[in-house]
Amino acid sequence: MTNADFFIDYSRCIGCQACVQACSECDTHRGVSMIHLETIERRDSVQTAPQVCMHCEDPICARVCPADAIKKTPDGVVQSSLKPRCIGCSNCVMACPFGVPKYQVAIDQMMKCDMCYDRSSVGKTPMCAAVCPSGALTYTTLRNIQQTRPGVPVNEWQFGKEIVRTKVYVMVPPEISRVEVGLVQITTTAASLPDDPYDVALMLES
Amino acid sequence: MQEKSGCEKCKNCDEEKATPQWKNDFPISWDGDHYVSRREMVKFLTLGSSLLAAANWLVAWVWHRGRKETFPSSLIGSVAALKKEKSILFRYPTDKDPCIAVCTPSGELVAYSQVCTHLSCAVIYKEEELFCPCHNGVFELRVGRPTAGPPTRPLPRITLEQRGDRLFATGVEVTA
Repeated sequence: MTNADFFIDYSRCIGCQACVQACSECDTHRGVSMIHLETIERRDSVQTAPQVCMHCEDPICARVCPADAIKKTPDGVVQSSLKPRCIGCSNCVMACPFGVPKYQVAIDQMMKCDMCYDRSSVGKTPMCAAVCPSGALTYTTLRNIQQTRPGVPVNEWQFGKEIVRTKVYVMVPPEISRVEVGLVQITTTAASLPDDPYDVALMLES
Repeated sequence: MQEKSGCEKCKNCDEEKATPQWKNDFPISWDGDHYVSRREMVKFLTLGSSLLAAANWLVAWVWHRGRKETFPSSLIGSVAALKKEKSILFRYPTDKDPCIAVCTPSGELVAYSQVCTHLSCAVIYKEEELFCPCHNGVFELRVGRPTAGPPTRPLPRITLEQRGDRLFATGVEVTA
């Protein structure tokens, strides 16, 4: 075990998909990528955001699992579902506030990011953070990140009335101490936009 | 342990103080899960082995009870004939079980299975002993204990009952 932590800096993501490729080469889930690379308002922006498992202190996915299949290690990493126990009910997929667990139809089992436990448990950097060229995904010490980045690392989230503390940090502007996530009504719909028959992004979004 | 330290930190601690039993049975932490698995394993082994032992005793008891009641009482000859002949052969409890009844020098009537406990040859009455000619095995007459030769176990004893002059075999006693 090391004292390194995982940091996500969404503003640094350039959408190169290197983390997605690297993730699928991880030995704990070879060939399947566990990372979500989200696009943000595709029509108006090229911003992308990588989403790895945040490894909650009190993992909701594990709490809702009826088959007792999701376990947390002593160093706080929430593991993928246990093959002999997972019944493929997708409760965890619905419950995770970050949308991390993926239900794999082919093997009827949930799989999720386990911070490359074969690597991080022996002090190596997880695959995605090792290849990220822009430092959007970083595996380093808290002290190092505070010295080298303008933002502050935060690992506390608020979803409605629920406070969630996570092992993984996100970099936010210094005035923010807790990320508040509320329901946002999306006003931009395909109908409200001017017609553009060649807008591929709009076609994908609608 | 981990659950507890997490509980101290949380803000709604008062509400969650009473952890329901099922949560202890399905812990989220690895350590807790391993503990429960070990405990389940030990529980399974303990209950399983005691169940196995109990089942063994039950089977032995049922078999023992059934066995005792199945011995018939059968006439094997007259007391006068045995006293005259010194030994007579008979079959008990079935036709495939050869037995030998002996009148000892002190006048006592005893009977044993004729099958030597070494390699199943037939024992004969010879010189106030039961003698197995195959490998020179010798059993004494009082309780059928082996006294010489290769046999290590005593002969099964046939219980006898005198009714007037008639002699009946009433059971088989196997001693270890």
